[in-house]
Parts: sequence; structure tokens; C-alpha cells
Amino acid sequence: MNRYSIRTFALESFMIAVAIVFAFPVYVLVNLAVRSPSDTSSPVRPTASPTLANFTEAWQVGGLGGALINSLLVTVASVLVILAVSSLAAYPLARSTARWSRGTFLLIMLGLVLPFQLAALPLYQTVRDLGLLGSVWSLVLFYAGLQMPFTTFLYVGFLRALPRDFEEAAFIDGGTALQTFRYVVFPMLKPITATALVLNAVGVWNDFFTPLLYLSGTDQQTMPVAVAGFVGQYASDWNLIFAALLISIIPVLTVYLILQRSIINGFAGGLKG
Amino acid sequence: MTIDVKEPLQVQAVTAPRRRQLGAPPWWFAVPALLLFAFVVLVPSARGVYYAFTDWDGLDPQFSFIGLDNFVTMVDDPDALQAVWHTLLVAVAITVIQNGLGLLLALGVNTMIKSRNLLRVLLFAPAVLTPIVTAYLWRNLLGPDGAVNSLLGVVGLDSWRQNWLGDPDLALWMVVLVVVWQFAGYSMVIFVAGLQSIPKEIYEAAAIDGTGPVRRFWSIIRPLLAPAITINLMLSIIGGIKLFDQVYALTGGGPGHATDTISTLIYKDAFTLGEFGYSIALAVVLTVIVSVASAGQYAVLSRNEKAAS
Repeated sequence: MNRYSIRTFALESFMIAVAIVFAFPVYVLVNLAVRSPSDTSSPVRPTASPTLANFTEAWQVGGLGGALINSLLVTVASVLVILAVSSLAAYPLARSTARWSRGTFLLIMLGLVLPFQLAALPLYQTVRDLGLLGSVWSLVLFYAGLQMPFTTFLYVGFLRALPRDFEEAAFIDGGTALQTFRYVVFPMLKPITATALVLNAVGVWNDFFTPLLYLSGTDQQTMPVAVAGFVGQYASDWNLIFAALLISIIPVLTVYLILQRSIINGFAGGLKG
Repeated sequence: MTIDVKEPLQVQAVTAPRRRQLGAPPWWFAVPALLLFAFVVLVPSARGVYYAFTDWDGLDPQFSFIGLDNFVTMVDDPDALQAVWHTLLVAVAITVIQNGLGLLLALGVNTMIKSRNLLRVLLFAPAVLTPIVTAYLWRNLLGPDGAVNSLLGVVGLDSWRQNWLGDPDLALWMVVLVVVWQFAGYSMVIFVAGLQSIPKEIYEAAAIDGTGPVRRFWSIIRPLLAPAITINLMLSIIGGIKLFDQVYALTGGGPGHATDTISTLIYKDAFTLGEFGYSIALAVVLTVIVSVASAGQYAVLSRNEKAAS
């Protein structure tokens, strides 16, 4: 059973063939992004004389640099706020069995079901009236509210399985509730914080609907909105578009390849939480 | 000093049956989260439900309450009915195909093959990419002169060449294809985690008993995989029902309305037609569908999980 048999080899070959099929779109993406528009040969054929000209042009005309910085700021700020408020809220919700605690938890779980489409338009009105349309910082606020229920759910599940002894010891030693949380409880939450960090960071970075609604028509953009605008503007110049698409995924792909193990574990980690 | 203060409490905790935890965390820890939640989700959602019964256009502060009119209009609106049907079809198709494929990939990767780690990293990679970006990529691949048709020409299947996104009968399935391509690896990763939590002894015992591979999967692995199945089905069904980005980028809901889902119709009705009230009524329908799907799935799967354990 543990030997590398002919059957294992056949399976291995088959799985590699499947992986090649999966990778095919990415091959075409890179292949066309390094091709000059004058080259009209089949998109499947490897580009004869690769060039980086598309990348420099896409970068210059698309305002991708600004979008990249905005995306980075929004993602980092949102994730920090989400993790802070959710872990803090989860602590009493997981520990108290009082009626208010159960009720509050159920209310927050309602957030797992309500689709954002329902709140989006009234929120659009509020944001417009407050003059916050087009501000990337308003996105941080939205993501904090939108992602908090799921993150709190993860934290509560994890906390309930955690013994209370350390917190009680900290209290007896004279620690305040906030100190106990900061120095005793939060460090013990590290595994679930890693999962929540990965899921929220990927979710916020990739989100399109929220910035489409609240940033449209302004000069403030995140990467997904900038890419959509770029595609609209250069509709038929696919070599240029592909360069822009590639620029937009390189940061995520780089982080993924460096941290692949933690990221995959993060996505699979919801299973235990 | 500090000890003096704490001592009575400690005694109390030991003698009385513990009703409260020592130094229980204060309730106000939940306040920041609740304020954000109320501002971003609860209050706007409640207002949304109210607006669904009005003729609000999004700008005019003067609007009137029109009862069920929006919903009555919807029943006679072929675009809306089609969008509801597309939404359900896409959600079910994605759920079945993505999880079926994900499970097969997981069973293939979770073996003795040497490339298993590399394959896992590679097959999962699309799941971290931005959906709108992968959809634009596929829009080109599936175009008349795109790589898919080109590849069919290379392997001698010229007659299979299609205008994949321009054909109303095919376009919706292309949306499904793109979503499945991106997230099959995600399902796989969750299934692999589930498979690895099954103790080796169980496989060995079954092998010694001479159980065949199909029987072994159905009677032993499947019940033990129940938590992974639950999570995967939840994620893909809810994600499928809310689908927006991929449709927006691939087809924009076209050709005609052939690929419009509830989410794309909500967006169009609000921002291109200015029918905010009607658009929110559609969002209420979406909310009902999501709630029914979650509740139904939760009930069925938690019963199965209990039966399996």
C-alpha cells in the first residue's frame, strides 16, 4: 500500500495533466501580456519576441500605482480593525451565558445570512449624504461592519474550546479586563487569528462590489475597480489589458507563493473553527 | 494591597457554586463591533426592507409607500423571473460541479504521489486571485478569436469552435465554468483537510477487511467527511446565489438578459435605471432565497452529521 506502484505513477501522470489544464489560462495570460499588439498569431503559440512594453504602458496610463497603494491601505487597515473589534467582542460573548450575551450573538449571526445587496443602497444614500462617497476610508468602515460577524463567529467558536484558567489567574494577579485580554487571551487566539487574517485579507483585497458602488466616478480607486475601468477604456487592446491584469495579481500571487502553507491552512482552518 | 482586595472574591468563588467567572469580561467589549454592525448592516438592511415597499428613486426625498406593488411588478417582469431562475440554476450547478471536482481532486492529491504538495499549491492558486480579474481573463479566452477556440483548432476539433459568450444557451454555463475553475481548488483544500483528519487505522482496517474502494468511500470516508461537506456546500451555495463579479465582467448579464442574476439586476435597476425601490425589492427576494437555502442546508446537514457520528 505504501509502495510507489505503476498505479500510483498513472495517477500522478493524470493529476499532472489535470493541473496543466488548470494552469492553461494563466499561461495564455502571461503569453499575451508579453506580446506586442502587432503579433496576431494564435494566443496558444508561445510569443516569439517577448516584450515588457505592455507593462510599462499599462502602468503609466492606467493609474495602477495609486490603485495599488489604495488597495494596500484599505486591506491593512480593514483587517486590523476587523480583527480588533471581532476578537474583543467574541471574548464576553463566548464567556458569558447571560441572556443578553446569547441574544447579541444571535443578532451578529444574522449578519452571516443578510446579503450586502440589501443594505448596499440605503447605505449608499447615507454615505452620499455624509459626503463620504469616493473616500477609501469609508471602505474600511464598511468592511469592518461586513466582515465582523464571520470573524466573531470564528473567534467565539475557538474561545469556547479554550480553558479559562489563565484568565482567572490573570484576574487574581490584579490584571484589568483589558490587560487580561491584551496579554493573556489574545495571544492564545493566535491560530484562529491567522485564519481570520488570511480570509479577511483575501476577501477585502479581491472585493469588487463595494468599491464599485462607493468609489465609482471618483479618482479614488482600488485595484479591482481600476482594472474594470481599464478594461472598459482599452476594450480591444487585449495585450495591454492582460499586462494590467497580471500587474494586479502579481502582489497576491507573490504573497501566496511565499506563505502558501499558512494561506492554505487559513482557508482550510474554518473547518476546525 | 492588591491581595487584600482580591481575597474575599476568591473565597466566594470556591464556596458558592460558580455562577460567574472570576473577572468575567465586561459586556462593553462587544460595543465597538455592535456599533459598526448597526451602522453598516443592521440599520441599512432594515431601511432596505422598508424601501422595498416604496417607489424611492434614490435621490428624491419625496417618495410614497406603494405596498406590494414592487413585488407584483416583479411577478410580471420576465427579466426578474429569468434572473431568479438563473441565480438558482447557477448556484446549484456551481455547488454540484465545483464540489464534485474538488472532491475528486482531493482524493487524487491525498495519495502517495510525489507531486502532491506542488499540485495542491497550484490547484488552489486561482482561489486567491481577484474574481473580477480572472473573469476578464476568461472573457478573452472564450472570445471568438480566443485561446479556447484556438486550442480546439490545434487539436482538430474545429467544429466545436463557438462564440461561447455570445450564445444565450451557452453563456450561463461559461459563468459556471469560470467560477468552478477558480474555486474547485478551494473545495479541494477543505476536503483534503477533512480527509487528513480521518485516522489512518480506519483505512487500514477497511483494507484488511477487503472492502472495495467505492464501498470504502461511501460507507467509511463519506460519513467522516461530513463537516468538510457541510462547509463546502454552504460556501458554494451562498456564494453562487450572490454571484455578481464574474457575471459583470464576463457578459455584463448578456447577451440580452441571458446571464443576468438577481445581483446583476439589482445593480442595473438601481444605477442605470434609477429604480431604487424596485431594486431593493429584488434584494429582499435575494435575502429570502439566501435565508431559506442556509436554513434548509443547516437543518439537513446537521441531521446527517449527527447520524454519521
